[in-house]
Amino acid sequence: MKGNEAMAEAAIRAGCKAFFGYPITPQTELSAYMAKYMEKSGGVFLQAESEVAAINMVYGASASGQRAMTSSSSPGISLKAEGISYLAGSDLPAVIINVQRGGPGLGSIQPAQQDYWQATHAMGHGDFHILVFAPASVQEMVDLIIEAFDTSDEYRMPAMILADGLLGQMMEPVSFPDEVKIDKVDKSGWACSGHKMQREHHIVNSLYIEAEKCEEVVRKRFERYAIVEEKVHKAEVYMCDDADIVLTAYGASARVAKSAVNQARKLGIKAGLCRPITLWPFPKKELNEAVKNASDVLCVEMSMGQMVDDVRLAINCSKPVHFFGRCGGVIPSPKEVLEEIKKLAGGKQ
Amino acid sequence: MKKITVVTGHYGSGKTNLSVNIALKSAAEGKKVAVCDLDIVNPYFRLADFEDIFKEKGIEFAAPQFANTSLDIPALNFNVEGLADFSDHLIIDVGGDDAGAVALGRYSETLHNLDSEFEMIYVINKYRYLEGAEDETALLIPQIEAASRMKHTGIVNNSNLGKETTEDIIRNSVEYAESISERTGLPLLYTTYPSYLEKPFSEAVPVDVYVKPVWER
Repeated sequence: MKGNEAMAEAAIRAGCKAFFGYPITPQTELSAYMAKYMEKSGGVFLQAESEVAAINMVYGASASGQRAMTSSSSPGISLKAEGISYLAGSDLPAVIINVQRGGPGLGSIQPAQQDYWQATHAMGHGDFHILVFAPASVQEMVDLIIEAFDTSDEYRMPAMILADGLLGQMMEPVSFPDEVKIDKVDKSGWACSGHKMQREHHIVNSLYIEAEKCEEVVRKRFERYAIVEEKVHKAEVYMCDDADIVLTAYGASARVAKSAVNQARKLGIKAGLCRPITLWPFPKKELNEAVKNASDVLCVEMSMGQMVDDVRLAINCSKPVHFFGRCGGVIPSPKEVLEEIKKLAGGKQ
Repeated sequence: MKKITVVTGHYGSGKTNLSVNIALKSAAEGKKVAVCDLDIVNPYFRLADFEDIFKEKGIEFAAPQFANTSLDIPALNFNVEGLADFSDHLIIDVGGDDAGAVALGRYSETLHNLDSEFEMIYVINKYRYLEGAEDETALLIPQIEAASRMKHTGIVNNSNLGKETTEDIIRNSVEYAESISERTGLPLLYTTYPSYLEKPFSEAVPVDVYVKPVWER
């Protein structure tokens, strides 16, 4: 399957009952798939009049207690940012997919990872976090969508799948679990699903008249974020045990980095890879463990270097963290990355 | 006699990879070959990626002016008639589904009026999700023909599971291909297999895998 189609199918199987979208390259196959199959599965598909409308429809659907999703690519995600802030401010779960392309502005339609800062640090105004998952294969897109819905429901916060055009457009074999076990979270305590004169009104809202009340709600939310940071963090650690040079990369650039690590190993250079699967929370524990025997860290991205500072912070600058990246829709080649590894290994061989 | 091969199929069935293989094989036989990228619905993984190989083998290549860029607009600025005239064998790689075949419709008359052997291949991949459902495939064939105003002449079974393809996976796809052939009345021309595998059965045709992600190149 194509990555975009696989994400759509995974969402349907994960019990997504409402999808609102607006077409944009390189994400469009996802919306198209939903248009074709959502209704057949008993859900709702609607092509909204804009990205802003789509994210606010997600807000409404989620407030009613249903699993809701939207998807877009970089410029469209910027338009959704306001709505994502409202979702976070109303403690609503939702899954948002970003199939990134080159930026800023209209940028290019080729794959990039230039929305890392936006996704992990500034996804809208206000004090809040969202969960950010970064798949690196079509199979992982499927697995993480299911996990994103579950985690989002559990902690009542939006979750983003930060993919890129390459993963969205590429074909890989994929298998779906026969039956997706949906971790049913009881939403009856807050969902606006109709009180039928049997209970008090539920109010889903992000507006607070009194500053003190607003502060109290935000503080409580951050207590929950602390639990999330404790419990939700994942990374793939590859050949790091004896590695002198540990690469860090996520998503498509991690596939390139892994190729480069394998080629470096063939040349006798001890390289390894630590691939964050969750970008928020950042997998600090896994990263520290991965770099403990390394002399240098090399962060590889399809951007001008957005994750590199998080890597430095996570390891408290205990090792030099170098950077190699291509941006604007250009994919780094394994050869280019290998050259960077060789440079770092140079003095030590 | 001159020959024209038009390659159609579902998104991701392997049209582009097959087109590259057909072109290189023809060129290796000493023919003057032209390849035309008529895919104006997908900006990723397409023929324009192989321009260097074509150049090396002396194959004439035509693609929309802005192929593989953000300005990938559906404007076809080349002369198909001229390409067919210049070459012994013209291969046309069409976009996926009926949406992709619309662009081909514009050349229906031109191609039919040429004094050439004409073949229009429908590429199938049993393991392509949704295509594996026979009904979807059987439905798509007339839709592509309606959009392109041309008739298929045969089916190529290009069933594969990417890197996970095995000899058994190829063998297990033949029955499906035969049943599509029976349902549509189109002959099954051949079944392909990636050239790095063992030949799964005697009539299978090897293809080299050119279309792959950057980390496998």
